[in-house]
Amino acid sequence: MNWLTKLTPPGVKDIFSKKDTPDNLWMKCPKSNEMVFSADLPGLLHVTPAGHHLRIGPKMRMDYTFDKSEYKNVDIPAVAKDPLKFKDDQKYTDRLKKARAKTGDQDAMNIGVGKIHGIETVILVQNFSFMGGSLGMAAGEGFIQAAEYAVANKLPLIVFTAAGGARMQEGALSLMQMPRTTIAVQELREAGLPYIVVLCDPTTGGVTASYAMLGDIHLAEPGALICFAGPRVIEETIREKLPEGFQRAEFLEEKGMIDRVVARKDMRQTLAQILSVLLKTDYEKLLEDA
Amino acid sequence: MARTYLDFERPVAELDNKIEALIAEGGAAAKGVEELRETSKTKLKTLYAKIGPWEKTQVARHPARPHFKEYISGLITDYTPLSGDRKFGDDHALLGGLGKIRGRSVVVMGHEKGTDTETRLKHNFGMAQPEGYRKAVRLMELAERFNIPIISFVDTAGAFPGRGAEERGQAEAIARSIDKGLSVKVPFVSVIAGEGGSGGAVAIATADAVMMLEHSIYSVISPEGCASILWRDGARAKDAATAMKITAQDLKKLGVIDKIIKEPVGGAHRAQAEAVKLVGAAIVKSLAELELMDSKTLIKRRRDKFLDIGRSLL
Repeated sequence: MNWLTKLTPPGVKDIFSKKDTPDNLWMKCPKSNEMVFSADLPGLLHVTPAGHHLRIGPKMRMDYTFDKSEYKNVDIPAVAKDPLKFKDDQKYTDRLKKARAKTGDQDAMNIGVGKIHGIETVILVQNFSFMGGSLGMAAGEGFIQAAEYAVANKLPLIVFTAAGGARMQEGALSLMQMPRTTIAVQELREAGLPYIVVLCDPTTGGVTASYAMLGDIHLAEPGALICFAGPRVIEETIREKLPEGFQRAEFLEEKGMIDRVVARKDMRQTLAQILSVLLKTDYEKLLEDA
Repeated sequence: MARTYLDFERPVAELDNKIEALIAEGGAAAKGVEELRETSKTKLKTLYAKIGPWEKTQVARHPARPHFKEYISGLITDYTPLSGDRKFGDDHALLGGLGKIRGRSVVVMGHEKGTDTETRLKHNFGMAQPEGYRKAVRLMELAERFNIPIISFVDTAGAFPGRGAEERGQAEAIARSIDKGLSVKVPFVSVIAGEGGSGGAVAIATADAVMMLEHSIYSVISPEGCASILWRDGARAKDAATAMKITAQDLKKLGVIDKIIKEPVGGAHRAQAEAVKLVGAAIVKSLAELELMDSKTLIKRRRDKFLDIGRSLL
C-alpha cells in the first residue's frame, strides 16, 4: 500500500483500483523481469522467452507431453480421511477442501495414460499447486496406483515430480509414503519396465529422498530446485549464504545426481528416444503406423 | 549420582532433594527417608504413566538415555565395528558392525548422538551424512551375502542438512537405503530407541519388525520444525508434538509400528542397564520368529506390511 492509497477514502479507492485488464493478462518473467503476454504462454509451453520454466499443473503437463494432447486419466483409490484429526490454525480437512476447490483435483497426484511419439506410457504428475505437492497418503497411493497400472499393462512409467516434501498434517503416515512408494518402484524394476523421473521445480525433502532418486533415468527441467534439505534450512544450520545455483538442476547434473537437464521443448523427443531404446521399439515406425 | 531433572519431573526432584537433605543430616537410616523414597517412586510412576507427546520428546532426547554404544556394550558380543562407505568416507553419526546377540550372528547399525560436547561433535549429534546411509547399504548387503539378520537402532533428529551432504547426494543416499532395507533377503529388526526424525530415521527403519521404546518418538518432522512452518513459531513445538501423533502409543494404534518395548519406571535414562536388557529380549524374540521364514516370504510380508499402512485405517 502506498501513501496515496492509504489516504484515499474506500469508495474512491475502488474506482482507482478497478483494473481494466485482468490480473493475469501479462506476467513478469522471474528470470529476466520482462513482461510476457499470458496468451502466448501455451504456445511457449509455459517457458518465458528468457528460458524460465514456469511451474505447470497436471493438465498442461499431460497436454504438452502426450501425442496430440490425447490421454485418459486413471483413478486413484480413496484414502483414510484425516486420521490424525490434525489442526493448526485451521483444520486439515479445511485445507484439503480449499486445495480441492483451487485445483479441481482430489489430491496432488494425477495419472494419465497415452502415447509419446507412439509409445504407450503411463505418466504421473505431482501438482505443486495442491498443498505444495506434498506427499501424503493420497499422493503415495497415486504413485503406487500409477506403478501398478504400468506393471499390469506392461507400460513404462514417467513421473514428473514437484513437492515441498512430506505432508505434515498426516504425521508419520506421510513419512511412511517413502517406503511405500519405494516398494512400487521395486515392482516396476522386477517387471523390467522403464521408470523415468523428471524432476521439476521444486522437488524436495522426502520426495527427493525416495522415488524421485530411484529412477532408471533422472531428467530435470532447467533451473529446478532439487534437494533434500531446503536452502533456507541449510543456511540456518551452517550460517553462511549458499552460492548462486546451489541445488539447481544444473548443479545436480554436475554432481552426478541426474542424467540430463532437458528443456521443456525437448522433453517429448528426449523421453521418446530413451523409451524407444529401453523398450527396443522403433518409434518412427510407430508414428508412421499411426 | 547427580541427576538432571526434566521440567515435568519437578515434583520428583523436590522429593529427591528432601531425601538427600535428610541423608546429609542423619545418614541413610535417617527417619523418614524410606517413606519419602516410596513416595518419590510412586510419584515417578504416576507421573510417567500420563506424560504427553511433548514430555516424551524430552525423555526421548534425554542425554542419559541409552545410545547405540550402550546397546552394543550391553547386548552384542564379539563386536567388530566396521567403517566407511567405500566411496567417500566414514560417517560417525551412523555406526555399525558385526557381532552376536545371545550367540546369534548379527549385523548391527544405528545412529549415535554422543553424550558430551566432545562426543556430540564427533558424532555430529547423530545426524548422518550420505556416507552414513551408504555405509548402511553396504552393511545390509554384507548381511545378505552371509545370511545374517540385521538390527538397527534409530536415534536421530534427522539427516544432516549441510552443504556437503547435499552436494554428495543426501536424498539419493537415503532413498537407496530405504530401497535396500525393503528388499534385503534377511530378517531385519529395527528399534526406534530415542528420536526417529524423518527421512534420516526411516532410511534404516524399513524393517520386518519396527519396535519403539515406550517413551521414544517417531515423526515426519521435528515438533520444532513443524511448529515453525505451520504456526511460524518454533515455540509452539508442544502443540506440534501433540498434533502430529509422534508417540509409540499413537503410532501403534495407527499401524505405523509393530511393537512397543516397555521402559523401566521413570524412563530408560533412569535405569540404562535394565532398559537395554528389555530391548535385547524384544529383539531376540522377534528374530526367533522371523528366522522361521524363508527370504521370499520375509520380503513379501515386509512389503505387504508397509503397503497396508494407512490402508488399514479406511
